[in-house]
Amino acid sequence: MALDETNNAFVRFDRVQKSYDGESLVVKDLNLDIPKGEFLTMLGPSGSGKTTCLMMLAGFETATHGEILLDGVSINNIPPHKRGIGMVFQNYALFPHMTVAENLSFPLEVRNMGKSEREAKVKRALDMVEMGDFGGRRPAQLSGGQQQRIALARALVFEPELVLMDEPLGALDKQLREKMQFEITRLAHNLGITVVYVTHDQTEALTMSDRVAVFNDGVIQQIDAPDVLYEQPKNSFVAQFIGENNTLEGVIEDIKNDVALVKLDNGDVIDAKPVNVSAKGERTRVSIRPERVEFRKDRLKKGAHLLNAEVLEVIYMGDILRTRLNVAGNTEFIVKTRNAPDQTRLTVGEVIEIGWLPEDCRALDA
Amino acid sequence: MSDTTTSLVAADGTPLKRKLAQSLMRSRARAFGLALPLLAFILVLFVYPIANFLTQAFYDARFATLMPGTTEVLKDWDAVSAPTEEMAAVLVADLVVSKKEKTIGKVATRVNRELSGTRSLFTKTARSAKKMEAPYMEALIKKDKDWGDIEVWQAMKTASRVYTPAYLAAAVDLKMLADGSIVRQDEDRRIHVILFWRTLEISFLVTLFCFMLGYPVAYMLSTLPARTSNLLLILVLLPFWTSLLVRTTAWIAMLQAQGVLNDLFVVFGLAADDDRFSLIYNKTGTLIAMTHILLPFMILPLYSVMKTIPPSYVRAAKSMGATNWTAFWRVYFPQSVPGIGAGALLVFILAIGYYITPALVGGQDGQMISNFIDFHMRKSLNWNLAAAMGLVMLVFVLFMFWIYDRIVGIDNMKLG
Amino acid sequence: MKTIMSLTTASVLAISAGTAFAEGSITAVSWGGAYTKSQVEAYHKPWTAATGNTVVSEDYSGGLAEVKAQVESGSVTWDIIDVEKSDAVRGCDEGLFMEIDHSALPNGADGSAAADDFIPGSFTDCAVANIVWSTIFAYDSSVMANGPTSIADFFNLDAFPGKRGLRKSPKANLEMALAADGVASADIYEVLGTDEGVDRAFAKLDTIKDSVVWWEAGAQPPQLLADGEVAMTTAYNGRIFNAVASEGKPFEIVWDAQVFDVDMWAIVNGAPNAELAMDFLKFSTATEQLAAQASYISYGPARKSSAPLVGSYHSNASLEMGPQMPTAPDNFATAISNDFEFWADNQDELNERFNAWLAN
Ligand SMILES: Nc1ncnc2c1ncn2[C@@H]1O[C@H](COP(=O)(O)OP(=O)(O)OP(=O)(O)O)[C@@H](O)[C@H]1O
Ligand SMILES: [Mg+2]
Repeated sequence: MALDETNNAFVRFDRVQKSYDGESLVVKDLNLDIPKGEFLTMLGPSGSGKTTCLMMLAGFETATHGEILLDGVSINNIPPHKRGIGMVFQNYALFPHMTVAENLSFPLEVRNMGKSEREAKVKRALDMVEMGDFGGRRPAQLSGGQQQRIALARALVFEPELVLMDEPLGALDKQLREKMQFEITRLAHNLGITVVYVTHDQTEALTMSDRVAVFNDGVIQQIDAPDVLYEQPKNSFVAQFIGENNTLEGVIEDIKNDVALVKLDNGDVIDAKPVNVSAKGERTRVSIRPERVEFRKDRLKKGAHLLNAEVLEVIYMGDILRTRLNVAGNTEFIVKTRNAPDQTRLTVGEVIEIGWLPEDCRALDA
Repeated sequence: MSDTTTSLVAADGTPLKRKLAQSLMRSRARAFGLALPLLAFILVLFVYPIANFLTQAFYDARFATLMPGTTEVLKDWDAVSAPTEEMAAVLVADLVVSKKEKTIGKVATRVNRELSGTRSLFTKTARSAKKMEAPYMEALIKKDKDWGDIEVWQAMKTASRVYTPAYLAAAVDLKMLADGSIVRQDEDRRIHVILFWRTLEISFLVTLFCFMLGYPVAYMLSTLPARTSNLLLILVLLPFWTSLLVRTTAWIAMLQAQGVLNDLFVVFGLAADDDRFSLIYNKTGTLIAMTHILLPFMILPLYSVMKTIPPSYVRAAKSMGATNWTAFWRVYFPQSVPGIGAGALLVFILAIGYYITPALVGGQDGQMISNFIDFHMRKSLNWNLAAAMGLVMLVFVLFMFWIYDRIVGIDNMKLG
Repeated sequence: MKTIMSLTTASVLAISAGTAFAEGSITAVSWGGAYTKSQVEAYHKPWTAATGNTVVSEDYSGGLAEVKAQVESGSVTWDIIDVEKSDAVRGCDEGLFMEIDHSALPNGADGSAAADDFIPGSFTDCAVANIVWSTIFAYDSSVMANGPTSIADFFNLDAFPGKRGLRKSPKANLEMALAADGVASADIYEVLGTDEGVDRAFAKLDTIKDSVVWWEAGAQPPQLLADGEVAMTTAYNGRIFNAVASEGKPFEIVWDAQVFDVDMWAIVNGAPNAELAMDFLKFSTATEQLAAQASYISYGPARKSSAPLVGSYHSNASLEMGPQMPTAPDNFATAISNDFEFWADNQDELNERFNAWLAN
């Protein structure tokens, strides 16, 4: 992990486990440090335990085992309302019987803040999300995106140092979602708050976060910065889950000088970078990103292994060309090429040779 | 083409507006047709009979139809001067007919309601009316000296009115005199106003108790997993499935002086053995029993409303620093108000009309207005007064609805 | 709303009555419980045995409301009904009952003509008496060793502390209150006929009002006594007798100032089986049937000729029924004869006053 294990973790999950029914663990041995000011995203398929982690942090669920520390202090026994954590819910949870301004003023009222101070803060928060004119409306009179912004403003108005967001953009259309993604990251960085963000949209995770924790089955599979996560997935789940990915299956023939020789199931042999494979004879799944596949030999290293591929389909997408190939029996093998003037155009039915740099081809667990 | 410049036309040339109206009309007619059986059902079995019955509150043609001649002459009588021989003659003629037609009992009952003690005067006189001869006034007085009493004639005059405010007046402890003026009922006869107030008081208290007991239960039900809550809902509905007699017997066993509850009080030293609490056959009994039986009507709407309040609201409130109480009071409670409104209105209105339970466990001070409607329906057979009291109640319930609409808003009510 | 209810039930019953029952069946309506049982044993079964016609027995709780609803809606399903005398008179006046030719009633077993055989007051235009019953008061002798002996004791809370059970109606209560206040049995209705008399009766009731548990159905008073809810209660004598004779309850009847009355058979106007019902009426009011009934319940037969035939309790040969009757000389000394005419005239007013008195 890139993070040092000293005391500067603002939020720390220490060997946390959670079970709802006493039979199965929904969260298994979670260890996670989040430094102050970080934008951390929890990403994972449905049911992988993301919301559960968030709820434990917010205090609405108790950890079955382990400790959660906030700023070095264990918060296991601190009730939710004393934790000072802002929260944005998936359905926004704006109070329907209060106006927007009353919603925003609520956290300030419970802190016994004076009226004028409250009004000033509410106004500032509304302006921050560019909703200054909407204070008198009821939540039901707002569009989805507007509600989302109000929910965000409400979570921030009492100036918490930590804000949790549980799929806050799930209900929005693509354009609005992209706009909001930008606004949330901008605000988070401007205000210097720590954000724990939950989503199962990987694009969202990649574009917004400082670091992304990929969850599966109650376990963090990998936690890294977006580019690392994308380019150097540590196992095949992460490789599959993040971004588009081609896989070929085979057996390790040999590992030498940090290069693994993989014999694919159809008998072809390729080079790959061993990631979580170690022994000869082990089954492996190699992963290559579509944009790292080359079919121009001049761009490859001398002596690189090449594979035969039959062009099955070419899809013109404007900025890129997406080509579907049959490679070593995998008919869903995708190659993306930039639509540049010097690019070769392939035709359907043509048989070509393809290859890649060994470090772009990662041999992962089967 | 010149006339179509202002209005759009449909493909076949008819103006679009008319076309739209036609198509809407057709679908509405079809929908109405589907609802027609229910409408007819309600009209025939509910609206018409009730309206018909309630007209008895101010319409009573019994005397006028059975004693037509007398009614006619009484109309011209000023109710102050002495009754004339002509009136006596017509009365005797009418009595002869009503004796023959066996309607004298109805006439006597009607007049007796205006002046107590005249029932036998009429039935007795009718029996010998056939043999009477002129001068009739003398013959009548010879039969019974009460005929010389002007009050009897005044009572007949009052009874002869077809449209009469007398019953409605009686329903609110007023009485109408022969000259049509209305005064307050004698003090030892005033009862209905007290009963209306008591009915209000009991209904209000029952609603309050149902709310206090039902709210936490409904809340608990709404937070439990569906399987458990369905099971518990069945328990909530259990009182409905128990026969009234079983239920009443259970209450008696529980609440009577030698009952389970009092035994417990004695065991725990809360009551002396020879000075046990009176928990049944009084207002307390009515309150306990009615709260028990009406509780589901509070719980069900509350439950169905609470079920729709996502837990995230309270969580959001807490995450913003609200204590449990503040989160409940400021966020949860206001959203459960539609359920409270529906439940309270339901319980209140049902309570106002309740009579079986108070009759069984109410004793003397736990009786409500409906018990007296029942009394007049079944025992005294004074259906006109029953109708009048029913009408007063109906008006009152509508008034409550109106108030509710003003304060909470009828569209803000969720019945489930 | 009540009317609609009874109207619809009445019509439902009419339909079922028309289809379900074969010819030769009547519907007899009575008060239920031990009383109806005594009629079933003494009237219904022998009649069925003698004629082959059957009796469908239905219960009601008194009053004319149902009859009125049936007659006025024109769907009569009841044929013959056991009513109190005041209701028999009133129902007759209102045309709810058929007139009866009393000369058609059979002579007594001793040969006396019906008109002489029946005790005075047994005939009204539309009804014939079958039994004499009375309202008495009773107490639990296992609780009170030296129990009350007079009506004055009933109103004496100092000497006999404890709750009192009273019927929720002015009838019998006002009479007993006056008797307890020293009015002689024969003068009761004369006193009650005056405003002062009514005030006096209510004033007497006032002295125990706070200790009263009100009952409505005849089955309640024995239950109240058995549960210890009341120390003493007014009741119908037959109900108390039954609790003693068949359930072995230690109840004692105090006959002082008993208010006695007759119950009568009346035939509903427009009854579907009026002729059969008349036959049943004649049969059931014959000397033997009335005497037989007296072995099931302690209500006195309305025929004098039945008295010598009254034996012992049907399930206990050593329990002589004669002394249990309201009409037994020992019980009858201070008896008050219920004045139906007084009540027909004054019940509306006195009910009103009584209800107001209760509610305040
Ligand atoms: N209150 C609960 N009681 C029992 N099991 C629960 C409860 N809440 C969640 N679970 C289970 O715990 C697991 C993890 O749930 P969680 O809500 O944390 O998933 P998630 O990662 O947030 O999924 P999603 O992306 O669909 O929101 C799931 O299998 C779920 O069924
Ligand atoms: Mg979730």
